[in-house]
Amino acid sequence: MDHETTIRETTIIEPTVTYSKVNESVIRMLDKPTIKWLSLFVFDLAVLAFGIFCWMYQIYMGLGVTGYRHPVFWAVYITNFVFWVGIAHSGTLISAILFLFRARFRMSIYRISEAMTVFAVLTAGLFPLIHLGRPWNFYWLIPYPNQRGLWINFRSPLIWDVFAVSTYLTVSSIFFYVGMIPDIAAIRDRVKEVPRKIIYTILSLGWKGSSWEWSHYTRAYFYLAAFATPLVLSVHSVVSWDFAMADVPGWHTTIFAPYFVAGAIFSGLALVITLAVPIRKIFHLEEYITVANFEGMAKLIILTGLIVTYAYIVEPFISWYSGSPPEWGQTVFRAKGPYAPFFWIMVFCNSVIPILLWFKKIRTNIKALFIISLFINIGMWFERFNIIVISLSHEFEPGAWGIYRVSWVELGITAGAFAWFFMFFLLFIKTLPALSIAEIKEILPAPNKEAKVR
Amino acid sequence: MKIDQTIVGVFSYVDSTVDAIKRLREEGYGNLRVFSPFPNHEIEDALKGSESIVRFFTLTGGTLGALCGLTFTVLTSLDWPIRTSAKPIVSLPPYMVIVFELTVLLGSLSTVFGLLINSRLRRNAPRAMYDPRFSVDKFGVATVCSKEDIKKVEEILRFSGAEEVRFEGV
Repeated sequence: MDHETTIRETTIIEPTVTYSKVNESVIRMLDKPTIKWLSLFVFDLAVLAFGIFCWMYQIYMGLGVTGYRHPVFWAVYITNFVFWVGIAHSGTLISAILFLFRARFRMSIYRISEAMTVFAVLTAGLFPLIHLGRPWNFYWLIPYPNQRGLWINFRSPLIWDVFAVSTYLTVSSIFFYVGMIPDIAAIRDRVKEVPRKIIYTILSLGWKGSSWEWSHYTRAYFYLAAFATPLVLSVHSVVSWDFAMADVPGWHTTIFAPYFVAGAIFSGLALVITLAVPIRKIFHLEEYITVANFEGMAKLIILTGLIVTYAYIVEPFISWYSGSPPEWGQTVFRAKGPYAPFFWIMVFCNSVIPILLWFKKIRTNIKALFIISLFINIGMWFERFNIIVISLSHEFEPGAWGIYRVSWVELGITAGAFAWFFMFFLLFIKTLPALSIAEIKEILPAPNKEAKVR
Repeated sequence: MKIDQTIVGVFSYVDSTVDAIKRLREEGYGNLRVFSPFPNHEIEDALKGSESIVRFFTLTGGTLGALCGLTFTVLTSLDWPIRTSAKPIVSLPPYMVIVFELTVLLGSLSTVFGLLINSRLRRNAPRAMYDPRFSVDKFGVATVCSKEDIKKVEEILRFSGAEEVRFEGV
């Protein structure tokens, strides 16, 4: 490969992009919202309002309005919780892990995926509360000195979850905000209208881009990435232990932590593609978010999809090999029982569909990628549903088996949660820099008076 | 009495900025403030600044977090000892999850704290030196010098390729 080709292949951004153009493109996205945006936002709020209504109804009537029936008392809400925590993971993967690996294809998509992380954790955090019969008692999970001298049980995976998810929300929000400070300063320098100018001035914390600031900033960013990397692996491991620590057939396996982490990244990358494709089209960001960016993500989807598929193969094998009738019964129940369609949807969406990405023609075709990403989102939602609901409905005692059916309240709240996530996302697109101005400039060739051989 | 004046050179190119930094440093002007739209290693190397001390904040915060997590879980278990299923009262393996999460939490918070107080985001560079173009595509080299030196500094800046030289304050 000659030098020229190497340069062309490693440059992810189109050569037409200049420094000032980056600022313009990003600031243009913050222009007055169009009618389309407004109508989308209103529609979103309407769905959210319905979700809130459903929750109010549930609080008033009690958990009886859900489909919970013995023995299934964890269902769609916990499925949503695991789904959204999983979605959050790829944001940190792209922003922190790929930052440490210096993967250049992350630059133009990492802000979008980081925003997605923060909003997905905000969505996930709702579900344990919604799932509580008495949500006003949620603070019992927090360790605080009380009259009875009681403390929370630190041996419980549910308490680990409280610590893991709240740490994750805090650290990913910090990471998101710190990464934006220089870009907010760039917007501050551009906007003129008074309320916006004041807001961006406050948010930019007086950033001026002096070498002094940059030297501390790059170090701090590096350490935050170094913290976020093991954190992201720990969070979904802890979520998987919510299940794996119990002795329910189908839950009690050591493969769960890596299986969940791979699945989380798999689903999250799919949602990044689902979100980035329309944003790229609507805001004309083809020069920044190029096919190479999407191809990089598609390759990661292939990798994580393979890990997930491997887990799908190992699970039944170990279940057979264990010689435990309840375990094997669970495996057969998944594939042949009343929930079998969900099981096969999961296998089809997560293991069969991603095979298409092996072909370069398909993985570099944006429309095809978008459709595949939708399939993966659906497949991964059902994966969590299968793990939670199918396992619970078919435990040890045949006399205690039972079937769960979802209720309209649960569906309403699920739709409301999607609206809650998209509400934040729509607001983000119109108020904060969706592309990292400073980091895109970093990967453009630096302007030099005398041309250098790099 | 010497009256200090702020002088800012505006550059378009990284190499001419680096050139100006080197020349000014050779002439003994150490108190340089360099502005750039993105972090650049060449500029950082030319300035020969000391390593950022943010890392000590990270270390302190992380260590504190680990200690907090360990003492908190152990002491609360001992405070109301209930033996369950013959497990030890202080069962360290599950506590490690809490220790880890608190290490990351306090480590990250103190890193940001370190960033904020060290870069003194509000006061690190006088407003007079700043130019909105520094967040777009221009580089700035600023220094404070006495009135007598001003001509010399301007000459160095222009010689290195400054497109514009501004004087501020008296």
